Amino acid sequence: MSRAQAPYTGVAVCAPITVPYKRFSAEPAHWWAGRALRLLRQTAGLRPTDIDGFCFSSFSCGPDTAVGMTQHLGLTPRWLDHIPTGGASGVMALRRAARAVQCGDAELVVCLAADTNQIDSFRHSLAGFSRFSQDAVYPYGFGGPNATFALITDAYMREYGVTREDFGKLCVAQRANAGSNPLALQRKPLTLDAYMAARPIADPVHLFDCVMPCAGAEAFIVTTPERAEALGLKMAQILATIERHNAFPEDPVQLRGGWAMDIEGFWQTARITPAEVDTLQVYDDYPVIVAMQIEDLGFCNKGKVGEFIRANEFTIDRDLPLNTNGGQLSAGQAGAAGGFQNVTEGLRQILHMPLGDQVPAASIAAISGFGLVNYDRGVCTAAALLEALP
Amino acid sequence: MTAARERRDPLARKKLRHVPSGLRSRAMHALSARAAQGRFALQACTECGTATHPPRNACPLCWGELAWTDQPSGAKVLCETTIRVSTDLYFREHMPWRMGKVLLDAGPVALVHLHAALHPDDRADVRMMIDRGGNAALFAVPAGDTDLMSDPQWREFIVPIEGRIVLVSDARNAVGRAMVKELHAKGAELVVAGLPGPALASDATDAVLTLDGVQAIALDVTDATSVAEAASRIGGPLDIVVNTARHVRAGGVSANPGFVEQRRAFEVSAMGLSRLASTFAPMLAGRPNGAFVDVLSSAALVGDAAQAGFAAAEAARHSLLQSLRHEMRGAGVRVMSVFTGPVDDADHQAVPPPKVAPARIAASVAEALLNGREQTCVGDVAQDTMERWLTDPALLAREKNL
Amino acid sequence: MTDARTLIADLASAIAGGGIEIVDLTNLLSPDFPVIVLPSEFGQCEPFRMETVSRYDGNGPAWYWNNISMNEHTGTHFDAPAHWITGKDVPNGTVDAVSPQDFFAPAVVVDISAEAAADEDFIVTRPFLEAWEQANGPIPPRHWVLLRSDWSKRVGTLSYLNLRDDGAHSPGPDADAMRFLVHERDCVGLGVETVGTDAGQASHFDEPLPAHSILHGNGRFGLQCLTGLDRLPTFGAMIVAMPLKIKGGSGSPLRVAAMIPA
Repeated sequence: MSRAQAPYTGVAVCAPITVPYKRFSAEPAHWWAGRALRLLRQTAGLRPTDIDGFCFSSFSCGPDTAVGMTQHLGLTPRWLDHIPTGGASGVMALRRAARAVQCGDAELVVCLAADTNQIDSFRHSLAGFSRFSQDAVYPYGFGGPNATFALITDAYMREYGVTREDFGKLCVAQRANAGSNPLALQRKPLTLDAYMAARPIADPVHLFDCVMPCAGAEAFIVTTPERAEALGLKMAQILATIERHNAFPEDPVQLRGGWAMDIEGFWQTARITPAEVDTLQVYDDYPVIVAMQIEDLGFCNKGKVGEFIRANEFTIDRDLPLNTNGGQLSAGQAGAAGGFQNVTEGLRQILHMPLGDQVPAASIAAISGFGLVNYDRGVCTAAALLEALP
Repeated sequence: MTAARERRDPLARKKLRHVPSGLRSRAMHALSARAAQGRFALQACTECGTATHPPRNACPLCWGELAWTDQPSGAKVLCETTIRVSTDLYFREHMPWRMGKVLLDAGPVALVHLHAALHPDDRADVRMMIDRGGNAALFAVPAGDTDLMSDPQWREFIVPIEGRIVLVSDARNAVGRAMVKELHAKGAELVVAGLPGPALASDATDAVLTLDGVQAIALDVTDATSVAEAASRIGGPLDIVVNTARHVRAGGVSANPGFVEQRRAFEVSAMGLSRLASTFAPMLAGRPNGAFVDVLSSAALVGDAAQAGFAAAEAARHSLLQSLRHEMRGAGVRVMSVFTGPVDDADHQAVPPPKVAPARIAASVAEALLNGREQTCVGDVAQDTMERWLTDPALLAREKNL
Repeated sequence: MTDARTLIADLASAIAGGGIEIVDLTNLLSPDFPVIVLPSEFGQCEPFRMETVSRYDGNGPAWYWNNISMNEHTGTHFDAPAHWITGKDVPNGTVDAVSPQDFFAPAVVVDISAEAAADEDFIVTRPFLEAWEQANGPIPPRHWVLLRSDWSKRVGTLSYLNLRDDGAHSPGPDADAMRFLVHERDCVGLGVETVGTDAGQASHFDEPLPAHSILHGNGRFGLQCLTGLDRLPTFGAMIVAMPLKIKGGSGSPLRVAAMIPA
């Protein structure tokens, strides 16, 4: 028996920031990071000296890391972290910053993810992504993540009888959600027919199953409730978090993620059930991963996600409002910032400061991250439950 | 069935050839080194026995030492995809591309190139191939006899002979002559038979040289001018060069060195290879399945006191061949080594058996091409020498020069 | 001495003014010019080879030059007595020691072109030479004897070396003819258009390879692979043949020219 997770006492999460995405940007990640801090100054009145903790994520800031960023951005933190886990980085930053604040190692931590997207930078960042990828993935057609997730999707559809129409329903709902988000890169309504008729990219993955890489930045603040209040910020508390890496290495194909290892304790610690969640923000590089999270987070039984999708609606005002900003599939995937989007959007909905439409009476958000295809599967998973504080 | 030789619109701009990315870890290069020998080897833990893939530097189950071990090549297909979009210049030219994931009988899962006839739950045989960039790649094919040549992806990993234009650098010697016959029989569109001087009146009526689809030309690998002139006489496309030139003479180092013969051996074996390569490499590089095959002696590995000059020249040739392989990698031209022991020919009359029949060497060259095998050892002597060289080169050098 | 000085001046003006024509008797020295072929158990004659060191390029921006290599008996070449075992003890038998006087000697041209055309293995015999003298006059002493076979016209074709399963086929002298030329006519040497002074089949003669054996054993020279002999008069040509001064050399490629009345 492992020791029970301590509650996140005295921790407030606030100030969700999204720097509007661009498909391509000539500016480096440093510029995007600076823009995010500038927005924090404008919205929360933050000055560099106010920040004593800094947690950073980026794929495109090389050769710099969080270390270089402190000097670049004029920060003097007493607590610093750099999180290289892409789609899982938002939740991971949240839980690390929360413990730092809770234990007094820092009082105000800015969690920030920024990535740029220059012409052809996607190809370059792919080429040197990981050793297993360069050795044993890219040589097989160089399909990038599309091919890796095509294999997972193929196996998942066979195993659980999920159909393209099921995935299509998720994508169409997210596009509908993006309709009210002025910052989403793709807001043109998507029909199921158009989804089904899209050109194949790596069978069975088709065009609308794929995210659009872009440049952008996301940030939020983790601090004490007292400090948040002093800054005049709306705040949320953390009910529970989980994190797992390289789960189930014995599974020949990834049909489940690390959430499944820890999900029981997750809900127990939070003392709520999935039914009480008002909005679900999950990592959505491909719809198969959305479906996997719905199952592995306990919103339905394993293998039943097809039925669940068919039985529920996922738009902002319906059964389970999912990826309410449109998710990466519609809003765009800004590198590591894509792994922060779930946190900032979930936070906005429960703090009632949405970019687009508001989920009615939302107070609890489930947030889930999934990151880093090192070889044949995503290695990092994480999830958090946030509840708005009055 | 094989695709007919490419015919090119003479006004069309030359098509640039690309190769898959070559960036690999050192452990992966170790796998490639074994794949080049035609081995299906994976790392297995020396402590818990678990096989692993992709190559690692520690056992993921017990952190034990890993050692390369030959493994069963059977597998079951788990899932598949057909990639239709890629940012890679090589694969963009070859879309759509089928790949999949298999569960190897050896234990690990692996991403593989997937034969057109394979689908999830099928049994497969996984071949350890060398891709156009020169690195190991797993290719799953249907178990049992299948016509692999009809799969265009498979053809990227091998060198078809049918319909191709091939040069045999020295068709005067027994191996070269057998080579011409073999390539002709395997359906080469044209076999250019290089004949070092002096020209013989009988060449005009020679049964092999006068075959339909065989063209005899003067070619002396010791003469750069002759090589250049041969290239100009071939003129059009050239897909494959098979270098059979050699100069075998007895002779030592301090005793009976035979400097003239030693020098000639170097001129033929080493310099000859350079002359051929520098002239023909650009022609091969323009072809979709270019290959340079070199037939060399296994004496290249450790020397041979009885034929010291010859062995030294062959060692130089071996060395040049490896450098050539590096140079050709960027062009996707395969450089293949076919090692042989003593050949059953006029040069080895004084050598007792086992000796390799020239026809067997020729058949092995064809097999190497058709299987895309980078390194082949023909006959007992070459196989034994290679095996011992791989195991303990220092010991072999002693044994061979006692 | 005035006479000699006048002679040289006259010679120079005749060469310059056209009284004397210079005929080049040399074949092109190129990699594909055939060399003599021996059975493969013997060492072989290296053909001419040329590799560019630089040609106004990175290896030599303003100059062009080549490294060349060959056997001493490659292309149009000179055989010194030491070339043959019979001549190994002949004084001054190596090419560097040959008296420069011998570089200049008159020639008599024996035309065997009709006979060689009719019979590739035509043998020049003593009776043939005696009959030739009857018709053309005696062969004078201290002359090069040049056999005009028209074989040089075969250069570039298979029929120059004319190799068949049983060896090469080309004309040449027998032993009696050689003894006649050396001992009774005191020739400077024998010049031929073929790749060797001996006939193609001469290794099968009762006295094998008589031209080499008898010429060199008696301190005489050989000139091979000549061309242009058909342009020379039967008598009256002056041969200039200067081998390279190779230390201890057995022979040398060289440029051979003839002075003939214009």
